[in-house]
Amino acid sequence: MAGTGEAKKEEADYKRLHSFPLIRHTDMPEEMRVETMELCVTACEKFATNNESAAKMIKESMDKKFGSSWHVVIGEGFGFEVTHEVKNLLYMFFGGSLAVCVWKCS
Amino acid sequence: MPNNVAASMRKGSTVQKVVLPGAKSTKAASKKKDEDEDPGDGWDEWAQGKALIKPPDQLELSEAELKEEITRILTANNPHAPQNIVRYSFKERSYKPTSAVDQMAVHFVLEGSLLHEDSDEARRLRAKEGLPEETAAVDTGVEPDEEEPETSDTPVEDGGEVEEAGEEDRPDSVASKTDRKEPKVTNQFNFSERASQTLNNPLRERSCQTDPPPRGTFTATATQWDIYDAYVEELQKQETNKEKQKAVASKKDNDKGKKKTLLMETQTDDITKVGKASKIFERMVNQNTFDDIAQDFKYFEDASDEFRDQEGTLLPLWKFQYDKAKRLSVTALCWNKKYQDLFAVGMGSYDFSKQGRGMLVYYSLKNSAYPEFIYPTPSGVLCLDIHEQHSYLVAVGFYDGCVAVYNNKEDGSEPMYKSTAKTGKHTDPVWQVRWQSDDMDNNHNFCSVSSDGRVVSWTLVKNELVFTDIIRLSLNGAVSEGPDQQPGIACGTSFDFHKQIDYLFLVGTEEGKIHKCSKTYSSQFLETYNAHSMAVDAVKWNHFHPKVFISCSSDWTVKIWDHTINTPMFTFDLNAAVGDVAWAPYSSTVFAAVTTDATVHIFDLSINKYEAICQQPVVAKKKTKLTHIEFNPIYPIIIVGDDRGYVSSLKLSPNLRKKPKVKKGQDQPKDSEMEEAKMEKLLSLLREPEQSTV
Repeated sequence: MAGTGEAKKEEADYKRLHSFPLIRHTDMPEEMRVETMELCVTACEKFATNNESAAKMIKESMDKKFGSSWHVVIGEGFGFEVTHEVKNLLYMFFGGSLAVCVWKCS
Repeated sequence: MPNNVAASMRKGSTVQKVVLPGAKSTKAASKKKDEDEDPGDGWDEWAQGKALIKPPDQLELSEAELKEEITRILTANNPHAPQNIVRYSFKERSYKPTSAVDQMAVHFVLEGSLLHEDSDEARRLRAKEGLPEETAAVDTGVEPDEEEPETSDTPVEDGGEVEEAGEEDRPDSVASKTDRKEPKVTNQFNFSERASQTLNNPLRERSCQTDPPPRGTFTATATQWDIYDAYVEELQKQETNKEKQKAVASKKDNDKGKKKTLLMETQTDDITKVGKASKIFERMVNQNTFDDIAQDFKYFEDASDEFRDQEGTLLPLWKFQYDKAKRLSVTALCWNKKYQDLFAVGMGSYDFSKQGRGMLVYYSLKNSAYPEFIYPTPSGVLCLDIHEQHSYLVAVGFYDGCVAVYNNKEDGSEPMYKSTAKTGKHTDPVWQVRWQSDDMDNNHNFCSVSSDGRVVSWTLVKNELVFTDIIRLSLNGAVSEGPDQQPGIACGTSFDFHKQIDYLFLVGTEEGKIHKCSKTYSSQFLETYNAHSMAVDAVKWNHFHPKVFISCSSDWTVKIWDHTINTPMFTFDLNAAVGDVAWAPYSSTVFAAVTTDATVHIFDLSINKYEAICQQPVVAKKKTKLTHIEFNPIYPIIIVGDDRGYVSSLKLSPNLRKKPKVKKGQDQPKDSEMEEAKMEKLLSLLREPEQSTV
């Protein structure tokens, strides 16, 4: 019992502790990075269960803000290789289980 | 119109004569009928050319005459035109013959009556005459009738007729003509066409190519364990960071004390580096800003004084004020004897219920905007005195009974010496302090008087203040026999030492009495004057005359005494509580007093023994009370302090500082002797009748 309780607690702790956005790789300038990160957080929180909608929202917002041809991938597990315009890539984790990759290439 | 048609017919005839030979005969037949009805006219005769008609008055000439040639030459000149026309030329201002004469003579003018068949006017005319289009056609038909006889011999005419007739005979063509709407032609006779072409700009081609934005590739795999690892790593990093920061913070705490002191030191250092320069600058700026005041201070003399035989005026100069001392009232003023532009101001409060902090500030006339020195004090300052020789030393008496000595040469705002309870400080407010000449061991020393009834001498020994009671005041004349017996203490409020006689001094008390005491007799008063009915605010020896002193009190009076006589020599009622009184340093007979109704009174006894020669309110607000006044030892100005912390400087007009005229040829006596004599003269005037009455 105690073990499971502890495990549960750990789980909760893990969820709580790992809820913050963690940027894994980016070459964006500071301002753009912060903005994009916040956008990703909002989108993922808004569409917590629908990665597609979240990705759509991020892509459209990015297109509007920084010019067209943005691409967004959100998922819990995927491998990828992308070509991107320099200074226009962000790869981050969020919420403990989501990976978000945002890049621009026209 | 018919003529017109006929003409057109004739024109076209050559072409059409052969076209319709069949129709010709029919037409000719119909014409013939018409001609029969016509009775015949001139046309017929002209065409035939058989009979010659002559005018009746024609000359009958023979053949020979007829053949004779008569030559006539036609010229372009008009024989009737005048040859000698003269016109006035405005250009040359004279009459000039004009060479150009109009040679044209018009003999005959005939307006044309022909109209174009299709023109608007023709149509209108037709409509007016009520003739249908057909009649026109008929008309045209009529005319050729006249030419009928010709048709036979001239086939040309025939053709035209035939064509015409053919046209006429088709009724449908006529109908179509009337029905058809012709396009409107605006002007058939005056028509021009124009065209132009612009240049075509040459075409040019230009092109460039930008580099595509640089690209990079990025590869990664997102898996749950990757994400988890990343988060864990990040959290660990954060934790270590926190620990580091904590360590740094604690370290900082340790350093803080050190740093602060360092900071303080560096700060003061920084200021002192530029201190002198900035002070000079401040003075320059102030001198510029208050240039007019400085000019007044130096050069302005009230010219209107000449016309006022005795009275004088005060000219306001600088006003001194320090923001942090706004709520405090000026309780003491003292000029620096060495630097005549510098004076000290003691700030505190006379109000028993509003006691608190005080301040000692130094102002210079050269900078009215900000004090030269500032010493905040925990208790209100009530009195101060600047040492005459060592002008950096200032003795200060506080409301809490302490006395202290500040040194301008030392940094910081702490006093150099301060009395404590252990070292015999007063138990009541210290009302006056006064430096004494150095004692036998060359120690500086000063005296103080307080409400606790003691007059104490303080000696500055190395780093402590040594006190000696000079006298204890009590209500009954015979003074305290022992310390344990307290037969009602007389509260000293002011005192002054005699200028020449070292040991002699006067003490004013709260009860209104003035005691003449000696330092050598601590148990006895030499004399007691029943001077005032209220507390004595100030008592001061005359600068010149050794016997004369002045006292003032809240009972509205100022009195002048000869210390050998215990009744006042002069009494002046100023109609308000008198805060302070001061002898002028330049004349034995001039003194000034300030009253609580914000007025400065200046008297010159040698001019007027009964009234002030100047009474001038010096503050804007009525409520403000003036508390102290002091003459500058050199310049003809006074400073006046009020209960709002302001110090005003005022210039005395020439009438207020008149000197007695020196008779020529006489040995000029010393100033001081002369002044003494002046006072003596006044006193003797008063004494003699008194003595005579006694």
